[in-house]
Parts: sequence; structure tokens; C-alpha cells
Amino acid sequence: MNIFTRFGQFLLMIRGMFTRPENMRMYWKELMHQCSELGIGSLGIVSIISLFIGAVSTVQTAYQFVSPIIPRSVIAQIVRDSVILEFAPTITCIVLAGVVGSKISSELGNMRVSEQIDALEMMGINTKAYLILPKIMAAMITIPLLVIIAMTLGIWGGRFVGDVTGILPHEIYDRGLVESFVPYNVTFALTKAYTFSFIITAIPAYFGYNVRGGALEIGRSSTTAVVVSCVVILLADYILAQVLL
Amino acid sequence: MITIKNIEKGFDGRPVIDKVSAEFETGKCNLIIGASGSGKTVLMKCLVGLITPDAGEIEYDGVSFGNMDADSRKIMRSKIGMLFQGSALFDSMTVEQNILFPLDMFTKGTRAEKQKRVDEVLDRVNLSQAHKKYPAEISGGMKKRVGIARAIVLNPQYLFCDEPNSGLDPQTSLVIDRLIKEITTDYNITTVVNTHDMNSVMEIGDRILYMFEGHKEWEGTNKEIIFSKNDRLNNFIFASEFLKDAKDMRMLEVSGKIDNNRNMD
Repeated sequence: MNIFTRFGQFLLMIRGMFTRPENMRMYWKELMHQCSELGIGSLGIVSIISLFIGAVSTVQTAYQFVSPIIPRSVIAQIVRDSVILEFAPTITCIVLAGVVGSKISSELGNMRVSEQIDALEMMGINTKAYLILPKIMAAMITIPLLVIIAMTLGIWGGRFVGDVTGILPHEIYDRGLVESFVPYNVTFALTKAYTFSFIITAIPAYFGYNVRGGALEIGRSSTTAVVVSCVVILLADYILAQVLL
Repeated sequence: MITIKNIEKGFDGRPVIDKVSAEFETGKCNLIIGASGSGKTVLMKCLVGLITPDAGEIEYDGVSFGNMDADSRKIMRSKIGMLFQGSALFDSMTVEQNILFPLDMFTKGTRAEKQKRVDEVLDRVNLSQAHKKYPAEISGGMKKRVGIARAIVLNPQYLFCDEPNSGLDPQTSLVIDRLIKEITTDYNITTVVNTHDMNSVMEIGDRILYMFEGHKEWEGTNKEIIFSKNDRLNNFIFASEFLKDAKDMRMLEVSGKIDNNRNMD
């Protein structure tokens, strides 16, 4: 199956999600369940990664800034902008592509192989709308919030390490944080977060939903889903940076 | 009654179903039998709309299934119950939640009314103690019974069972067969069962359709099948020497050449 056929199938899957829900209350329940699964379930890993990325950014930036003519508060500015523009949205979403993407793909793949999707279809339920749409919507609600948390924790992690190691006292770090701050960067980061949330749920859902075979194929589709999601995230990252900055 | 006319289906240019026509009667257990790969499951999936046939007509009580729009098809599907080969229970839900799911999705009753219906159908399949168990915690036979309970919870007019006895011991298979038969007659529904279990054929097969390499090879009742002269059917049914001998004995009994009240000890 070539890439154009797959892309066509993907578009048809997206179109197929938009039908009148059979029971709004059940869809709402599923959406809330997915918000909990994808959002709250990913909070731990996102927090750990963000803290360390902020910390490492501070240490490495300070390591490269040896010139006495550059004020040390610039380190905080670089950490802030790196975290907001790239690390929080992109790295978080690439990690989530692995965590959430493989989960979605294997869950739907298993449902497909064990005929659970057929069972839902038999009941007269639009499985694309009931199984995929709530996942995408939940991701688009929770992942931008996770990215905001990642920004905050990343910047705080940098501040904490700078202070503890003596690289950069927190007074200077705090001053650097507010210097030359461009609020548009946050808007740009959230635009990326929304785009990536769609990518890291819709692509694995496509691969999982269309699995044919058994356990081996579920594993294979899960790996493919994560790889394709990561590549598409990086491609989208470049395009958004080129267009919006 | 379900009527199919000249159903054809192929995959990658290879025909799997070749011009199959049949009638599945209301209030009876209609069996589709055949060896593995003969097209039984594909035919059943065509019947319920999970696979679209390449050609042919499927009618539910005179209404064409193929010509229905999406909304009518949804309504029709709510009248169909299906037991899948692997039961297809939702792993993350308990037995009770599995059965409650279609009720929550499609009915407007109160929680107590729905719970009453769940209890009713679980009692019907003799599983009144399994409400809170997860599918992973129950046996294959119990899974099949939960599958049947879920299939009948919305009072369907048509029941489809894909290999209901696969992976079950003969005694449990008999329990499942009898349950399907009772449900069919009690609710007067049209039941189509896909099987290659000869015990099921003799136990519940009111109407039997034998598939061979994608086409209809033979059609009749469980009374007629044993006397069939169709070689392919006989090779399928009486695959072992033991069964061949049993058939010969039966023929001799029927023709009066041996006493059918003989002492078998």
C-alpha cells in the first residue's frame, strides 16, 4: 500500500469520525475517560522530563557562556526561550508520541484483532466516532495543558539547578526571565502543542484501527505509528517555525 | 426471515463466496457449515454488513440491507445480535458492564430498569454469579454465554453466532447449543449459526447450508443430512472411520437390517 493510499484512508477515517453521536452522554463519558487516561496519565513523565530538560539547559548554556561581557541573566533568557519555543512543546510531544501513541495504537489494534470493533459496529455504533474522536479531542484538551506545565517546570528546573549548583543565583535568573520576553512565543508554542496533539493521536489511531492479523501485527503497527508520528511532528515543527516565526 | 440472493465476494481477485443464495427462517436455527476456509465467516460478515459483498442481495424480512442508508442501517443493526468467535467482550469492562453497554448506548430507561434487564439476561444464560468478574477471569464457555447475553439484551430479531463452540469441550458446547436453540424458539428470532461442529448440526440444525470452496454445496435439515448422497458433504461430516461406521450402523438400523434396540453393552 503506497503513501497516497494510506493518506487517502487516513482522510476518510477523519471524515468518518464526524457523525451524529448515538448517545451524547456516553460520548462525553468516553471523552472524560480519555482526558484522564491521556492527560493525567502522562503528567508524571512530562513533569520528570521537563524538570531535567530545564536543569540541563541551564547547566549547558552556562558552560558555553564564558565571556565576561555577556550578562549572566542571558542564560535565563536562553533557557526560557528554548523551553517555551522548543523543549516544552516538541520534546514533550515526541515523548508523548511514544507513550500515548503506542498505547492508542495497541489498544485499537487489540480491539480490532479481537473483534471488539466489529462488535461495536454490530451494535450500530460508529466506531471511528466513538473510539477515535474522543481520543483526539482529549489530547487537544490535555496536551496543551501539559505543555504549559512542562514550560513552567522546565523553567523552574533551570532556576533550581542554577541556584543549587551556584551557576546562576535565582535573583539573576528571575531578572533574566522577564528581560526581552516575547508573549507571542507562548502563542506559538501552544499552536505547536495543538498541532502535535492531533498528530500523536490521529496517526496511531489510524495504524491501530487498520491492523490486520494478530499480536505480531499489533506490535508492528504500534512501532510504525510511533515512528511516523515522530517524523511528522518534526516536519510540522519545521513548517510551523518557518511559517509563524 | 433473511433471504440472500447470489452473494459474491472476493479478495485480491480470488473469489471467496460464489453466487450463494439461501433463506434463513424465523424461529429456527439456521446453520452454515463447512470446512475451514470454505467462506462461512465471510458469508456471515456479509450478512451482517461487516463486509460489503461484491454482488448479490441481502433482505431482512423483505427489506434490502444493501440499499439502506446509514441511519436505516443503524436502526437495522440495533435489531441484530451477534456472538463472535472469540466472544469479543470488552476487556476493560466487567461482565455486567459489557451487557449494560448496549443498554446505556441505545435505551433511555432508569439505572434500576437497566440493571433489572442485565440480571434477567444473565439469569437466562445461567451466569447470575458473574456480574463483577472481568472477561480475563472467566472461562471460555462463560465468555460465550456473556457474549450471548450481550447479543440478546436489546431483544434482537436476528441472532448471528460465529463458531459458538470453538475452543469449548463437548459438554460446554452442548450447553451453548441448547441455549442458542432455546433463545431462538423462546423469542421467535431468526438465528444463523456458523459452525463445523457436527454435534451442533445434529442438536440444533433446523436448516443447514453446507458451503464448499465458497459455493453452496448442499441444503437441508439435520434429519436429511445423515442420508445425504453428496460425497463432499459426507466426506466433511463423516471425516473419521468411527463416524463412517456410525453412519453405516444408522443406515442399517433405518433399513431394518439390524435391531435398533440391541444391547450396546
